[in-house]
Amino acid sequence: MRLAHRLAIESDLITADAIEAAEFPELAEFYGVSAVPTTVINGTPTIRGALPEEAFLEQVLRSVIAATESDAETALSRASRR
Amino acid sequence: MALLSEQDAREIRQQLQALANPVTLVHFTQELGLEYGRETKLLLEELAGLSDKLSLEVYNFLLDKDNAAAYRVDKVPATVIRSAKDCGIRFYGLPSGYEFVNLLDALLAVSRGDSELSETSREKLKALSQPIHLEVFVSPT
Repeated sequence: MRLAHRLAIESDLITADAIEAAEFPELAEFYGVSAVPTTVINGTPTIRGALPEEAFLEQVLRSVIAATESDAETALSRASRR
Repeated sequence: MALLSEQDAREIRQQLQALANPVTLVHFTQELGLEYGRETKLLLEELAGLSDKLSLEVYNFLLDKDNAAAYRVDKVPATVIRSAKDCGIRFYGLPSGYEFVNLLDALLAVSRGDSELSETSREKLKALSQPIHLEVFVSPT
């Protein structure tokens, strides 16, 4: 949790919520959280367990790139269907 | 009865002496239907009493919809940790046990305005061009 908050302090583009899983069981279930900590990035459960700084940041940045690429792919496949 | 023991309060007061700039705990809650709503508010009141640099604002989630929307708070109990600037840090639920340690850590880091991340991490984050919302599910133990 500490790392997520530190990322939010460093970047104006990052917001970080700590969520008590037991107090928000429906949300935890929605994301399929089975163990803590679980980090959900832009709505996708991505990191299960705790990671050191470098690896955590890597996962966070990679997930954004992956999302951008999948958007691009969707756009491309839409365009090619035309 | 107080949630923080006298000894806890003493130790926390000492830690909070490191607060560089004022920090505000912006808390959203509601009277009914929250298992730990009362405890969360009480804990924050006790905490805010331990430093002159710490203040607490409490809003009713159901009545203060404008503030909840402004802080993008969509569930309660919610606590925003902010200095002059809102840097996007939220706690949802009662921050007890290890999460309380994380809360203190966040207070001090927000007050310093320094993430203390490595130079490499800072450089990588500068290249970020789109918003990222991190939701970290935790438990108090």
